[in-house]
Amino acid sequence: MIPKTPHYGMMAEFDDPTSLVEAAERAREHGFTRMDAFTPFPVEGLHEAIGFHHTRLPMIVLTGGIIGFITGFGMQYFAQVIHYPLNIGGKPLNSWPAFVPIAFEVTILFAAFAAIFGMLGLNGLPEPYHPVFNVSRFAFASRDQFFLLIEANDPKFQQEETRRFLQSLNPLEVNDVPW
Amino acid sequence: MSSNDLNPPHPQVASRLEQAPTITPGHTFGSITDKISTIVLTRRTPPGWFIGFGVAFLLLMMMLNAIGWLLIKGIGTWGNNVPVGWAFDIINFVWWIGIGHAGTLISAILLLLRQSWRTSINRFAEAMTLFAVACAGIFPALHVGRPWFAYWLFPYPNTMALWPQFRSPLMWDVFAVSTYATVSALFWYIGLVPDFATLRDRANSRIWKIAYGMLSLGWRGSAKHWYRYETAYLLLAGLATPLVLSVHTIVSFDFATSVIPGWHSTFFPPYFVAGAVYAGFAMVLTLAIPVRRAFGLEDFITARHLDNMAKIMLTTGLIVAYAYVMEVFFSWYSGNIFEMYMMFNRAFGPYWWAYWLLILCNIIVPQSLWLRKVRSSPVTLFIVAMFVNVGMWLERFVIIVVSLHRDFLPSSWGMYSPTRWDFMLFFGTIGLFLTLLFLFVRFLPMISIFEMRTLLPEAQVHED
Repeated sequence: MIPKTPHYGMMAEFDDPTSLVEAAERAREHGFTRMDAFTPFPVEGLHEAIGFHHTRLPMIVLTGGIIGFITGFGMQYFAQVIHYPLNIGGKPLNSWPAFVPIAFEVTILFAAFAAIFGMLGLNGLPEPYHPVFNVSRFAFASRDQFFLLIEANDPKFQQEETRRFLQSLNPLEVNDVPW
Repeated sequence: MSSNDLNPPHPQVASRLEQAPTITPGHTFGSITDKISTIVLTRRTPPGWFIGFGVAFLLLMMMLNAIGWLLIKGIGTWGNNVPVGWAFDIINFVWWIGIGHAGTLISAILLLLRQSWRTSINRFAEAMTLFAVACAGIFPALHVGRPWFAYWLFPYPNTMALWPQFRSPLMWDVFAVSTYATVSALFWYIGLVPDFATLRDRANSRIWKIAYGMLSLGWRGSAKHWYRYETAYLLLAGLATPLVLSVHTIVSFDFATSVIPGWHSTFFPPYFVAGAVYAGFAMVLTLAIPVRRAFGLEDFITARHLDNMAKIMLTTGLIVAYAYVMEVFFSWYSGNIFEMYMMFNRAFGPYWWAYWLLILCNIIVPQSLWLRKVRSSPVTLFIVAMFVNVGMWLERFVIIVVSLHRDFLPSSWGMYSPTRWDFMLFFGTIGLFLTLLFLFVRFLPMISIFEMRTLLPEAQVHED
């Protein structure tokens, strides 16, 4: 892929979560739409400050659970009613109460797989390389520093104007993010 | 100005009213990160680690020896035989599985209940869960007699066109335990991912940078990622909660669905779940008290944690005590001669000592936890926890062996005694458990770094 912009974006560094959330809100008010923030722990309300409101994950997990239940119950029904019926004292072949525990366990198993792999898939992980790692200060994003990124493909992004805007937020540093 | 400022409470009263903090004041995001990550990355491995690991590894070798001999000779090397067909194998299986339950309780149920003190012990307790389940799985797999056919337990397409018997509680067990092991492992790994990113960014040597980098999956702490991550974590906690309750419920069905006196009982599921949590918290305390001392983690695992865990142990211990009383009551209330004899045989039969030791370890000694002095001293707490560890093992011995050795027909009564291979395998699994635990504290962050950061007041966003 040939990048259309000289840089991936521009990044401002803050040293506490409150400044970062305020900066993100200011950036959104300023009209930026393509941005991201990086923190060493989940910060409350930050996803809304950068304009990210909704995730499909709960629906994926629900779907996983339903598929799990159908699989778990269906497997037992198929085995003991259709494929290998065993008449035990004339008792019903579809002895559904005895199938409940395994159907339940398979439901949980599939829903858990959906939660883990759904989360990783939506997040695009594993992703060994990402341009943000090119900023040397970014190593502190996993320790105690907080970063706001404006992507270069944002319609409002202009090298000098964006730099001036980020400087106005009182960050510790502003850095270009090379590809 | 309130009256409290003018008349401060008597210092002794004040110290009783105030709870110890979940994290010692004065820490910053950076100091938490450094304190936990240096244990893994830069600090010299203490000599005690090598000694402990060595002993654990020797026990592990003993386990492999016991398994090897079993594969050569067959399970006749064990002491169980008609009428006691289930003995050490099932006792140890239930004991280990029960121990694992505290990890899931801490990581999932206490998360849903918003108990922030769980944060500093959940990684450790989840690791304990995984290793305990690994030990538990060994026993039923070997007890099938020909362990190389253990995969027949799983429903897979085969040329014999045979299916497992899905109506059997033993099959339910296979599904419950394997689901539990899988979900616990995933939950644990996902919790570790952001901390792997921290270690990747801190590691000095290239090998560790690459190793932790691969494990971190390229985690970069994006706000969008965190949002989905927290959603997934909460949903997993919601899934793990009914799962952990179902696992020991199903384990108790192994007994409750049979007609053996002392097993055939409707209150087994809640009784077993309470016992599992009881045993699990005892094991968490057994491990956390020495580890916190050895690695100087008193700032993070404070007196508050020990106190809370002791209280949970006391509560679940009382539930277990209630179940013991109910067992006696029901055996009398049933009016059934076999049920009544089972209870008499437990208390006054040939294995009377196991029953009374069990009452001593599980009911009498833990009552000392009512005293603040006992709860606030790590040494006494450790001793009480050891009593509970032994007591919960004896409980399974009493339920399994004592019920089986004298059931209906006096002509089929018998006695059971374990062989040295039984003991070697049991103590060997303790070696496996400790070996894994020693490797865990050396190579992985034993306290969740990113969750510890959220405990600081600075982590809260101040709205103006």
